[in-house]
Amino acid sequence: MSIQINRQKCVGCGQCMEVCPGTLIEKEQGKAVMRYPRDCWGCASCVKECPVGAIGFFLGADIGGNGSVMTVTKDGQILHWNIHKSNGREVTIDVDRRSSNKY
Amino acid sequence: MSKDFQVRRITTDVLIIGGGTAGCYAALTLSRDTELSIVIAEKAHIKRSGCLAAGVNAINAYITKGHVPQDYVDYAKKDAAGIVREDLLLTAAEHFNEVTADMEQLGLVILKDENGEYVTRGNRNIKINGENFKPILAKAVQAQENVSILNRVNITKLLTKDGTVYGAVGFSLEDEAAYVIEAKAVLVATGGAAGLYKPNNPGFSRHKMWYPPFNTGAGYAMGIQAGAEMTSFEMRFIALRCKDTIAPTGTIAQGVGAKQVNSRGFVYEDKYGLTTSERVYGTVKENQLGNGPCYLQTSGIDKEQEENLLKAYLNMAPSQTLKWIETGELPGEQDVEIEGTEPYIVGGHTASGYWVDTNRETTIHGLYAAGDVAGGCPQKYVTGALAEGELAAKAIEAQLAGNAKVSNEKADQTENDSSKKAVSSSEKIKKYIEVQAGQEIEAYENILSDHKSSFTAEELEEAMQKVMDEYAGGISTHYQYNEKQLKLADEKIDQLLALADQLAAENMHELLFVYELKERLIVCKSLIAHLRGRKETRWHSFNENLDYPETDENYFKYVNSRLVDGKLQIILRDIVKEGSYEHTN
Repeated sequence: MSIQINRQKCVGCGQCMEVCPGTLIEKEQGKAVMRYPRDCWGCASCVKECPVGAIGFFLGADIGGNGSVMTVTKDGQILHWNIHKSNGREVTIDVDRRSSNKY
Repeated sequence: MSKDFQVRRITTDVLIIGGGTAGCYAALTLSRDTELSIVIAEKAHIKRSGCLAAGVNAINAYITKGHVPQDYVDYAKKDAAGIVREDLLLTAAEHFNEVTADMEQLGLVILKDENGEYVTRGNRNIKINGENFKPILAKAVQAQENVSILNRVNITKLLTKDGTVYGAVGFSLEDEAAYVIEAKAVLVATGGAAGLYKPNNPGFSRHKMWYPPFNTGAGYAMGIQAGAEMTSFEMRFIALRCKDTIAPTGTIAQGVGAKQVNSRGFVYEDKYGLTTSERVYGTVKENQLGNGPCYLQTSGIDKEQEENLLKAYLNMAPSQTLKWIETGELPGEQDVEIEGTEPYIVGGHTASGYWVDTNRETTIHGLYAAGDVAGGCPQKYVTGALAEGELAAKAIEAQLAGNAKVSNEKADQTENDSSKKAVSSSEKIKKYIEVQAGQEIEAYENILSDHKSSFTAEELEEAMQKVMDEYAGGISTHYQYNEKQLKLADEKIDQLLALADQLAAENMHELLFVYELKERLIVCKSLIAHLRGRKETRWHSFNENLDYPETDENYFKYVNSRLVDGKLQIILRDIVKEGSYEHTN
């Protein structure tokens, strides 16, 4: 369970660094870098905070991950959770922040 | 090379250590009610720090229509086999609905029916979108003028003298600076302790755990070292979770009515009982009997239910949704495998923490506790943490209003001998705490100085988790232990404490790692003493003592502890029945 930050996409705004509850992200040469990948809780706070969808969330191989990566893009109150599957398929689930969980 | 710390000195009316749910709500209450100056010291950033970083699935403690707060007390009491503080449960329960309404005002989305009534989930829960619970709360706190927020400041020591707190010392994670904060009252709201035991996923995903891995028991450790009384550490919490992702099971169980079944398709939950600990215990036993793996029976749910589950998990535990999509095995097609986690020490689900009076004041005068760090009040969950933050804030307001009155009276009698004595004693206190603060800062400098350590904090953490796992009832021993094992665990933790004193750090983040390890070791020491103190098995799995496998009514008591002259003393206290509780000894 951890994140990977796309260096090309990262705009160096630092919002992911601010919000990480473990202070695990640092800046190197103007770009965010995941400094302690093994210490990530998997809360996805940074994934949701990133304004350019540069942070990918993945499951470690030890918990069944096989290389799929999830990013978030925002459209007002709608969060688009984009899952890029390792087989090349894409799945997007939209969640409206104004709607409650049904369960 | 010795580091020269910059020392930042702050004087405030109220210091709140930890800006999670309870700490933030206490700050909000104080700032709405008073003009007091309030400082929050938070080791991360209040926007997403604490238990609610990813979100929360529901409001799990709410007084639904047709129920009263006492019903909640009765439920929690039964679930914990009587070892609860009814005064704490009742006062928290009386505020569940009011704090929920306040959060809705602040922007929390709560599901309502066509009549505008909250939609309930079972008897005590209501449905929400809890994804941005913490940012909503943090935003409200940030808008208050009299609250100063110190993000990335890690507090390591309480400044106390003669049983009264005067402030705290910590360090910045951003630069080489120490903070000495003097306060008239201090609220500790640092949460519970994770990472004591070897986790479910000890490798790359070691932090994919139920409880925030950044909650390292700092508040417990500081309190223990300052001589505060603690309660019920032996009532460990073990969560029943979705395998690997350690995502919640309640949403599935309550949301789509999924039962716990073993690999033979047998519904085993009725066989072992339905209390929180029995649900875990049943799963452990079924695995031991060769009937594993165990599952929540979701196969057969319809597409709409499936989609709702996928969305609900994105709002609190997105790894589970990713897992479903990644494997292509959606919950309608395949049951969800479940497992028990490693044990944690918390006051929000079970009852471990500071021994407080009804006002949430600890046994140290002026030091209050709220949320997971406060003991005696299990199943308080999020609304209970908010309620305790509010209750502690109100008590602090009353204490400081009382102090102000006394000091005005003193000012009116400046010629009075007793007031001269008071001035000289306050100078003595100032000097004493200055020395304590200086010693703590010197300790930071020593850890950061250029010296060799045989081990790293990470290596000692692994060693600690192995000891706790094997000798103090971790996953690998099915949460069971005996007296001989506990004795060994205690000796081995002592060895690790000695090694931890030699640790070195190269930067402020490594300094944090050193302190987090020490906090955990101190909590382990107390936990082992508590497990040894309860010579019975009161809650299966949570405290499963193989030398004393039955419940013993002689232990229908609280197991409390206090550090006296460097030694942990166990105190068995009678159950507090009703009414309010004040510290007497």
